[in-house]
Amino acid sequence: MSQNSKKVRLATAWLGGCSGCHMSFLDLDELLIELIEKVDIVYGPLVDHKEFPEDVDICLVEGAVTNVENLELARQIRTNSKIVISFGDCAVTGNVTSMRNRIPIKDLLTAVYHEAQAPIGAESLKVLPALLKKALPLHQAIKVDLYLPGCPPDPERIATAVTALLEGREVELAPQMRTFG
Amino acid sequence: MPVITLTIDDELVSARAGQSILEACREHGIKIPTLCNLDGLSARGGCRLCLVEVAGNPRLLPACTTEALENMVVTTHNEKIDRYRRMILELTFAERNHTCAVCVSNQHCELQTLAAELGMDHVRYDYLNPELGLDTSHARYGVDHNRCVLCLRCVRVCDEVEGAHTWDVKGRGIESRVITDLNRPWGDSESCTECGKCVEVCPTGALFDKGSAVAEMKKEASFLRRILDGREKNEWRR
Repeated sequence: MSQNSKKVRLATAWLGGCSGCHMSFLDLDELLIELIEKVDIVYGPLVDHKEFPEDVDICLVEGAVTNVENLELARQIRTNSKIVISFGDCAVTGNVTSMRNRIPIKDLLTAVYHEAQAPIGAESLKVLPALLKKALPLHQAIKVDLYLPGCPPDPERIATAVTALLEGREVELAPQMRTFG
Repeated sequence: MPVITLTIDDELVSARAGQSILEACREHGIKIPTLCNLDGLSARGGCRLCLVEVAGNPRLLPACTTEALENMVVTTHNEKIDRYRRMILELTFAERNHTCAVCVSNQHCELQTLAAELGMDHVRYDYLNPELGLDTSHARYGVDHNRCVLCLRCVRVCDEVEGAHTWDVKGRGIESRVITDLNRPWGDSESCTECGKCVEVCPTGALFDKGSAVAEMKKEASFLRRILDGREKNEWRR
């Protein structure tokens, strides 16, 4: 597939989110088949590719920027992508991911990894990427070209936005298609 | 009542003397976004979403508390006004913790609808993420300060319609909070009649029926016009 240079190079990324936006992307159902005629999915949780590639045309970014790894990837996405889309409420507003923002990080990590009865304990803190002081909406970390709100954004919203972009049109979402939540 | 004539959005319209610009607009089908305003309650000019341009005045004025005057020239929509309205919504979202996805009023919220209608697709300001509490001491209702926009519809309906004046405001500016009975828990309130009017008129998920889960809280503020017409005009209808 990647041999066809005329196809649009589409990437998706999963930062601090629940992957619900990616589930909604999969809910495009048969439209995915049409989509794959026009695009190569070059990166994201749906494909097996370790490094964020160069020359990406469109990147859908799910999730808030909540740790240093997210921040690094977000910057790489911006450098390597023509159009960056905040994909879903966590990327657009911080949403549920940012509900931890009023809690000091030390208290948060203590509650989750030291005090809670969880299969993953304090030993994981050595390898997990450090949390940022606050979980940020994507546009506070990098420049964003388009906002696709919703928790998750309905497949109709994704289809409307992606179709318009593939046809080279400006994305215009009707008011009922741009609500948060 | 004397009739006056003014210009709204390049059209000559008539209004009754004493009417606000907002009332004159509504009678002529001219739509202006509002949040704190509610038919049946006194005008407050708090949310500033109804800002309009009045020729000769360098500042934008709230349509709800500005009297329509003879020969006034009013503009309700232009690039500047739309930009200001979006900015006001952004500030409102940044000030407290409105996480639509996990709100009882998700999909039935006036703030959420306004953001979509006015094209506020993201917030440019830093979210303040304040530490705000929830009071669920009342047997039937709860108040979530995270979602309160200080429209004060609850304060006005409780005072002006129910006559109980359980609700009021403490603090100033960003420290403002709606309170019950001199800042006692709602459940301990002696003045609250449990009528639920405040819950029904609240535009967001700030006041809610206990037991409501995400998106389950649907409110109906139109009861207000019905009971006021009965009280003031002796027109009783369901």
